[in-house]
Amino acid sequence: MRSGGSASGTPSGAREFQQEQTMSEESKPKGLKIIVLIKQVPDTSEVRIDPKTGTLMREGVASIINPEDRHGLEEAVRIREKHGGRVIAVSMGPPQAVDALTEALAMGADEAVLLTDRFFAGADTWATAFTLGLCLEQLRPFDLVIAGRQAIDGDTAQIGPQVAEGLGLPQVTYVRALEIKEDRLEAERVLDDGFEKIEAPLPALVTVIGNINRPRPPRLPGLLAACEPQAPIRVLDAADIGARADQTGLSGSYTRVIKTFSPKVEREGETIEGEAETMARTLVLRLRSLNLI
Amino acid sequence: MAVIIDLDQCTGCGLCRKNCPYGAIEMVDRKPVVGGRCTSCGACIEPCPVEAITTDLPPRRPVDPAAYRGVWVLAEQRDGRVNQTVFELLGCARGLAEKLHQEVSAVLLGHGVENLAADLFAYGADRVFLAEDESLAHYRTLPYTRVGADLIREHRPNIFLLGATHLGRDLAPRIARRLNLGLTADCTGLEIGQDGGLLQTRPAFGGNVMATIVSPYARPQMATVRPGIMQALTPDRNRRGELVKIRPVLAPDDLAARVLSVVKEQRARVDFHQAKIIVAGGRGVGGPDGFRLLQELAEVLGAELGGTRVAVEEGWIPPERQIGQTGRTVRPELYLACGLSGAIQHRAGILDSRYIVSINRDPDAPIHSVADFRLIGDLFKIVPALTRAVRDAAAR
Repeated sequence: MRSGGSASGTPSGAREFQQEQTMSEESKPKGLKIIVLIKQVPDTSEVRIDPKTGTLMREGVASIINPEDRHGLEEAVRIREKHGGRVIAVSMGPPQAVDALTEALAMGADEAVLLTDRFFAGADTWATAFTLGLCLEQLRPFDLVIAGRQAIDGDTAQIGPQVAEGLGLPQVTYVRALEIKEDRLEAERVLDDGFEKIEAPLPALVTVIGNINRPRPPRLPGLLAACEPQAPIRVLDAADIGARADQTGLSGSYTRVIKTFSPKVEREGETIEGEAETMARTLVLRLRSLNLI
Repeated sequence: MAVIIDLDQCTGCGLCRKNCPYGAIEMVDRKPVVGGRCTSCGACIEPCPVEAITTDLPPRRPVDPAAYRGVWVLAEQRDGRVNQTVFELLGCARGLAEKLHQEVSAVLLGHGVENLAADLFAYGADRVFLAEDESLAHYRTLPYTRVGADLIREHRPNIFLLGATHLGRDLAPRIARRLNLGLTADCTGLEIGQDGGLLQTRPAFGGNVMATIVSPYARPQMATVRPGIMQALTPDRNRRGELVKIRPVLAPDDLAARVLSVVKEQRARVDFHQAKIIVAGGRGVGGPDGFRLLQELAEVLGAELGGTRVAVEEGWIPPERQIGQTGRTVRPELYLACGLSGAIQHRAGILDSRYIVSINRDPDAPIHSVADFRLIGDLFKIVPALTRAVRDAAAR
């Protein structure tokens, strides 16, 4: 893990951002500055429940970039390829989430920021969005924030809108097509029975769904470069982004999980035996006696 | 914002500096000085041997529940039609409100939609807050957030429920962040706990785990609720309520994003919630030919046809017929699961079915453990036999 927290009293991240801002005042930077929010998640198709304790067995479960975030990153890279600019991948998570950012660099992100601090642990969506927001404030001015609609471990779809609200940005969620037109975006937002075309001024935040694009696989040379110690990944802690301890992690959360359990689903049930014809007739009798058919 | 160090008590031992995770404490003349990197995390408090350090952060306290009353439901409408989920939410809200001895209010936003209030009363609302404006005619995030949040600030409800629809999941997090509220997504169960708080139960990790969540620190307690789970009440057309008209006040920035066009796509919507019987298939059905057998059975039963994620991904049935965690949640009287193993993601979507029949030749398939009637055998023989047996029975 790379060390990002400096003891000098000035957040190392903030200092660099200030320099960048000064430069942009002199000559307007070309292209777009795009932030992509990335979450490292356990591959839920591999998650199993301990039958004795009813708890989640995460050991040995692979960690991956959340699938829809991968689509978000791909979209950001495509926009940069068309309009020029920079793509910055931002993630909040444990130190090992640096792996997800390494992969993001190999997929085409120009730089990455990992927000990691033990006081960020246990955050609900409010606290997560608050923490991400503090980091994004430091990254201003940017043109666009892209996130996956939802993460496969939580399925809440709340982080995108809550980050947008915290930063005062317009949002478009469930986006399946995105186009940048100078100082605004046009997006197709999927509805239950069709889609709507939405125009919003930049900067804005969009959340994308899986069918917006086909993410490119990480390039091997890129992956090797991203693993080098000088790879452009900065690691920031709570002090670096000025996060007060009572507004992050579990302490900053407005919700509390009071119980987890595995879904109780077993039914007594009756096994109907015999040849196919017999089974079928017996079942029909049962269903008729229950007035089901 | 920082920790406070009582320098009279301080012995200058430097343990606080050593324990600070951020390097925020410097020793100057053998006394600690707290710098700008302090986050008030309190990591220095415990190690201090003379208890000279305190925090200026007030401890967090649960809200006073008495100051907030009423169970609210967002009355999502599009093109002047109330979303079916709203009626389910009203049914759920009635149960919660009666337990709390509070009232149910529906929040209706739109343009020219006053006539919908009667439906909302019929399905259980005691009051309808109606905000009408041209800019609210079609859903837009910021105007709806503005009106919803202002209404909550003024009337201080206890609970606010929205459908976990494309609209509800866009709007609810925005309002929760603006007003600093707890929000639980995609709830499948809502109950009032012993302390009067809302117990919000939802699946996580792809349906592998259920979690019960509370929001003790702010009101209203917000939740989005998965469509198809809660029971709508039988509408009572004689029921009346109070109609409260709101004049929405929007800021210019609220109107910055515009809806350019709305396109309806012929994405055939399957009325699973109307279906008494559903016949569903998975990997074991093997292909379109197998699904034709299921289709025949569905026809003689008057049932809807559904399938698992695999069946959709293989292209055997269209996506709108997918049932399970990532598809639709269903609760028919009778669910016939054919040639599907019953992965947890699928089971999560059918648990509330009244009766489940499993047809699978693998005796260890998880679907058998949730079934009321298990048929262990070859579906290619059993399903046609069933079709014939149902036909015969009907002819008699």
